[in-house]
Amino acid sequence: MELNFLIYKVILVLIVFSITLLVATYSTYAERKIAAFLQDRIGPDRAGPFGILQPLADAVKMFMKEEMIPSVSNKILFIIGPGLCMLTACMTGVIIPWGKSINIGGVDYPMQIADVNIGILYLFGVLSLGVYGIMIGGWASNNKYSLLGAIRASSQMISYEVAMGISIIALVMTTGTLSTGEIAAQQTSWHWNVLYQPLGCLIFIICAFAETNRAPFDLPECETELVGGYHTEYSSMKLGLFLFAEYINMFISSAVISTFYFGGYNMPLIGRWVHDPNWLAILGFVFLFMKIVGFIFFFMWVRWTLPRFRYDQLMNLGWKVLIPLSILNMVLTGTWMMRHEIMAYFSK
Amino acid sequence: MLTNRSQVVSKKEMTLIEKMYLPAIFSGMWITFTHLFKKSATIRYPEQTREFSGIYRGQHVLKRDEKGAERCTACGLCAVACPAEAITMVSAERKPGEEHLYREEKYAKIYEINMLRCIFCGDCEEACPKEAIFLTDRKVDSFYTRKEFIYGKSILVESKDSPIDLTKRQTPDVKEFKLDKHYAHNQTFDKNKKTKVGGHH
Repeated sequence: MELNFLIYKVILVLIVFSITLLVATYSTYAERKIAAFLQDRIGPDRAGPFGILQPLADAVKMFMKEEMIPSVSNKILFIIGPGLCMLTACMTGVIIPWGKSINIGGVDYPMQIADVNIGILYLFGVLSLGVYGIMIGGWASNNKYSLLGAIRASSQMISYEVAMGISIIALVMTTGTLSTGEIAAQQTSWHWNVLYQPLGCLIFIICAFAETNRAPFDLPECETELVGGYHTEYSSMKLGLFLFAEYINMFISSAVISTFYFGGYNMPLIGRWVHDPNWLAILGFVFLFMKIVGFIFFFMWVRWTLPRFRYDQLMNLGWKVLIPLSILNMVLTGTWMMRHEIMAYFSK
Repeated sequence: MLTNRSQVVSKKEMTLIEKMYLPAIFSGMWITFTHLFKKSATIRYPEQTREFSGIYRGQHVLKRDEKGAERCTACGLCAVACPAEAITMVSAERKPGEEHLYREEKYAKIYEINMLRCIFCGDCEEACPKEAIFLTDRKVDSFYTRKEFIYGKSILVESKDSPIDLTKRQTPDVKEFKLDKHYAHNQTFDKNKKTKVGGHH
């Protein structure tokens, strides 16, 4: 049994890992295609039918490029930077509930690698670590543009983490749990958290954009001001890893938004037609994936619509708008939850 | 005011709704979303080409006459007329027995056009007294080295079997216009006109 459990977990980890990489790979393709369609172009269509092999060609290009490490850089940290970025990006996938349990031979196999009861805390811990990859990479480059980009990235991520955390506190208050699996399981049929926490959801999505360094919050790699931002000095696959980590982050963010606010693997009305729990679990996985793909599209759609914020506007939005709003959201949620006690107090 | 889309810029205070930015963001996103379904303006170049105008001036051709002899006599007027100095030539004398190759006693042994210098203005064909050089609707290929862009006679002279069609640019009107030029020998296109215009002189 112990061994079975171990093998099952290893397989699950491998599956989630490879799916993450695959989705991130094809996000690069989707990004270029969607950008093209939104701008009345065609996009990459030469490598394979519809350009479907473009990510492969990009990967080959990245690997074949000359590897440059600046002589003035701190070589060890320079190499650790993109690795750390990639590591933290992949680590968050552990707590996402990808579906309900599948029952094989009387044994339940949950489609979540680790349903820790402090899932949200773990998520925020890893998210906070994510800034280190960028910070270390930018600092070790020993280049002023890289350093400025890294400083921007870290201050941006720290600022928006606050609002994100407070908006999640309101969610934790309504759901009463820190476990991601539990949060997903609560949102059966139409009881999606977005309906109970619309403001919190909006704040969370905006902060997710900032945390993943996506447009309109992509100041860390602001080409017009900072050459390439924190990855100015990077080349070859180390640059590739930085860029790839962004797509993994986007995938994980989409998964987290879907799980926290948009019902996770739940889909209303599906229980009427499908009764076999195993099929329901598999369908749940499909539904979650549809939601994730939808959000990835949303991420890209926003990127190719909105212009980049100015740095002071970014900080204004983070500290003067989103944090007060999320605190207001938290207070309102608390007041609503305590309404009976408050009414009782005043009617005494 | 030509498009009636100009708007007066005002620096008024934004209203609360405008300060929230969300309506503006959503309207912007709607605009980009509608572009998802619009036809792309791309032309997939090597497979598809843009349709050229009838008077497009592309790669040159050195014409042959009705018997298949080269018209060019290496007079050098095209090279003189060329504002980009793209044309060079070396003349040679026709030997007995070469009458089927060259129309007149002098011919161009070497005739080169540097396609990187050429600006495709068409002054060469205007200068040509022998109706020998014309610009066609063909594109100049791209190459990896500069040397390959220097087109010699092997590329420029049309082949006997497949003459280049010039009717799109050299319409009857254009031909008639050219007849008014003061070159009596320029009028081999139309035998009737020759006597008529020749009467001017």
